[in-house]
Amino acid sequence: MKKIMLSVLTLSLTFMISCGDKSNKENPEVKQEVIEEVADADPMKNKGIGPITSVTLADEIDMDLAKTGEEVYVKMCSACHKPEKRFVGPAPKGIMERRSPEWIMNMILNPDEMVQKDPIAKALLAEYLSPMANQNLTEEQARAVLEYFRTLK
Amino acid sequence: MKILKLVSVFLTSAFLLSSCGNNGNSKSAKQGALSGNAAERVYVAPGEHDEFYAFISGGFSGQLAVYGLPSGRLFKVIPVFSQDPEKAWGYNEETKPMLNTSHGFIPWDDSHHPDISQTAGELDGRFVFINGNNTPRIAKIDLTTFETTEIIEVPNSAGNHSSSFVTENTEYVVAGTRFSVPVPQVDMAIKEYKGKFKGALSFISVDPEDGGMDLKFQILMPGFNYDLSHPGRGKSHGWFFFTTYNTEEANTLLEVNASQNDKDFIAAINWKKIEEYVNNGGGKKMPANYAHNVYDDRTHSATSTMKKEVLVVDPSDVPGAIYFLPTPKSPHGCDVDPTGEYIIGSGKLAAEITAHSFTKMLDAIENKKFDGEAYGIPILKYEDVLAGSVKSGGLGPLHTEFDDKGNGYTTFFISSEVVKWKVGTWEVIDRKPCYYSVGHLMIPGGNSRKPFGKYVVAMNKITKDRYLPTGPEVTQSAQLYDISGEKMELLLDFPTIGEPHYAAGIPADKIKEKSRKIFRLDENEHPYAAKSEAETKVVRKGNEVHIYMTMIRSHFSPDNIEGVKVGDKVFFHVTNLEQDYDVPHGVAMIGAQTSELLIMPGQTETFVWEPKLEGVWPFYCTDFCSALHQEMQGYVRVSPANSNIDLSWSLDDE
Repeated sequence: MKKIMLSVLTLSLTFMISCGDKSNKENPEVKQEVIEEVADADPMKNKGIGPITSVTLADEIDMDLAKTGEEVYVKMCSACHKPEKRFVGPAPKGIMERRSPEWIMNMILNPDEMVQKDPIAKALLAEYLSPMANQNLTEEQARAVLEYFRTLK
Repeated sequence: MKILKLVSVFLTSAFLLSSCGNNGNSKSAKQGALSGNAAERVYVAPGEHDEFYAFISGGFSGQLAVYGLPSGRLFKVIPVFSQDPEKAWGYNEETKPMLNTSHGFIPWDDSHHPDISQTAGELDGRFVFINGNNTPRIAKIDLTTFETTEIIEVPNSAGNHSSSFVTENTEYVVAGTRFSVPVPQVDMAIKEYKGKFKGALSFISVDPEDGGMDLKFQILMPGFNYDLSHPGRGKSHGWFFFTTYNTEEANTLLEVNASQNDKDFIAAINWKKIEEYVNNGGGKKMPANYAHNVYDDRTHSATSTMKKEVLVVDPSDVPGAIYFLPTPKSPHGCDVDPTGEYIIGSGKLAAEITAHSFTKMLDAIENKKFDGEAYGIPILKYEDVLAGSVKSGGLGPLHTEFDDKGNGYTTFFISSEVVKWKVGTWEVIDRKPCYYSVGHLMIPGGNSRKPFGKYVVAMNKITKDRYLPTGPEVTQSAQLYDISGEKMELLLDFPTIGEPHYAAGIPADKIKEKSRKIFRLDENEHPYAAKSEAETKVVRKGNEVHIYMTMIRSHFSPDNIEGVKVGDKVFFHVTNLEQDYDVPHGVAMIGAQTSELLIMPGQTETFVWEPKLEGVWPFYCTDFCSALHQEMQGYVRVSPANSNIDLSWSLDDE
C-alpha cells in the first residue's frame, strides 16, 4: 500500500513538473541551443530573454532622454558599473557595438533569467562572478538608460 | 477550598492519565486521535503556499510569530516589544525609540492577544494589534511590511491583559487593566486597596486612513481585575464586554481570597454612549505621562513622543452606559458569537460555560431588573440575562471561538480538551483531548462576524513528552484540528516560540498580494541615506563621525576609512541600494557593543561603534548575499586620540 502511495506521489510530482514546463510553452533546452548558435554567429543578433523583443533607435540620439537615463544610471547602476572602466561589472562604453539594444534592455530588466539561460550573460557571470542585480527599473527607465549608453562611444 | 481540592484531584488524575499513556501503549494512544490521512491534509508541497496565515503571540518572548496553516511552518518572528539582535530591533538608532516608555527604555514585554483589524465586522487584513502585558502598551503591526509601526503606552494600567481587541470597524482597539492600581499612582498602604484602587479600561482610537492610534478616553472602573474582553458585533456593535475577577478586591493570596464570591461579573460597556459623552465635552482631563512611538516607512525611523494628559470618565457620570452581568467562578475568557447575540463567559473554576443573551440584557436594562449595584454600577439579575449554559462535563473552561456553522469551540484547561457545542441549544457535539492543558484556541476569523471554520489551533500550556526533550525547558506547543466535519480531527502538533497566548488567523489571499517586496530608494527620506555611491561620505562633528555608506552585491562603499580616533563615536548609516526582492544585506563591526544590522532593499539603518583600541578593524556583510558574499568586507583605521590624520574614505582607491 505504501509503495502504491509512493508511486502515486511520484506520478503526481512528475505531472506537476511537466505542467510547470508546459506553462513555459517551449522546451528550454532546445531554446538554449538555438540561442547559442545565434550567439556564436553574431552577438548583435542575440536579443536576449525577457520582455523586450524589438527596439527601434532613431538616427539621432535623444539627448533629453539620454540625460534622464544618466540620472537613472547614477542612482541605480553606478554602484557596480563605471561608464568607462571595468568595475564590479563591465563598463557600458561602446556597448552599442557589442550587444543588440534588446539584449541590453533584457539584461537590465530580466537579469536573473538572463544569467541562467542566455549564453552571453552566462559567460559574463563566469568572468565577473558578481551577478547582475535586478534594480527593478521600469521599461521606460531601461529605455532611457539605453539612450544614455548611446552617448558612451 | 473545596474547589481547590477538586482542582488538584483533577490535575493529579490528568497527569496520571497522561503518564499512563506514556508508559503504556503510547503508540496507539497517540495515533488513536489521528485519522489515517492526517499527514496528507497538512502537507503543503515544496514551493506551494499555505491557505491561512496564523499570527501567534510569543507570550514572554514579547514578539509575534507568523505561521502558515495547515502546515504549521514558521515564516517570521516579528519583533514587537522585545529587542531582537537578528533584525536590530531596539538595537539600531532607528528603532530604539519604539521601546521607549514612561519608565525609560524597556527591552522586553509579555505579548498576549493579537487581533486583526476589521471592517464591518470582518477581517480586513490591514493591521494586527497586540498588547504588552507587563509595561502596558498596545502595538500595531502593518501587514504590508509585517513590521511593528506603532506602540502606544497605556497609563493608569498594570498587567494590560483584557487587550488588544478591536471593534467592528476598528474604531477602537481596547485595552483593559488586569491589576487595579491607585489612579493616579501614589505612595499608600497596600491594605487600603479596597475602594481606592481603580481599574482603567482604555479606548484607543484608530485613524481610518492611516491607522494612527490615539488614547481617546479611559473609563475608571471599580478596583477589580479585568481579565479578558471582546467587542459586541452585529446587533451588539457599540458594546464591549469585559470579564472580571477579584470582585472581592483582595490584595493578597488572590488564589484563595479572590475565589470567595460564587459569581463575579462581565462588565457590559456601551462605548458608543461614552464616546458621545466624551465628544460632547464629557470626562475629565488628568495629568499623565505615556509614550507614543511611531515608525515611518519613508524615513525608516521611529520617533517617541511623551503625552502628558489623558481623558478619564467616571462611570457614575454616564448613567445607563455600564452594567454588570453576574457570571460564575472567576470568568476568564469573554467571547461574542458571530451574530453578536451571545456573550460567553468561561468561569475558569467551573464545569459549565455561561452564555448571556444580549437581547435579554437590553430587556433587563429597559425594565430595570437590577440586583443591587457595585460602586454605583447596576448589577443585572443572573437569571434575567442568562441564555443558557453548556454542560460539558469538562472542567476549567477558558476561551471560545466560533465557526461559520453555528458552533462554539471552548478550551478546557483542567480537563485538557476542546469541546464543540451548538450555539443556542448548548448541546455538546464533540470533544477532543489536547496535549496538554490548552489555553487559548483560534479559528481564523473565529471572533468576528465571518469565521473561516476549517481549522482550529489549540495553544497548549504544557508540552511534556510531545517532542524530543531539550533539557528542563521544552518547546511550547500548538495543535491543529480539522473542524470542517461534525467531529474534530487532530492533524498536527507544531512547536511555537515563547508561550503562545492568543492568535489571529486570516485567509492568505486577503494579505499576501499586498505584502511589500522592497522599499523604493526614491521614497527613502532617511536623513542619513546615501541613495547612490555618489552620495557616500564621511563627516566629522566633534568626536562624532558619521559614515554615509551604501551596500550592494557585493561591496560596501566606502570600504576603506581612515581618520577615526579612539574615543570617537562612529555612526554607520548604511543604505542597501538593491531594488530586488529578497536581497537584504547585513553589516557588523568587530567590537561594536550592539547587534548587526539587517537592511532590506532600499532601506537605511544605523549602528554606533565606539572604538576603544588603535588598529585597523574590519566590518563585513552578515547575510549571504551572492557568490562573492565572502568578499563583502571593509576596514576602518583607528588612530590615537591625539593623532592628526585627516578623515578619508575610498572604494577601489577612488
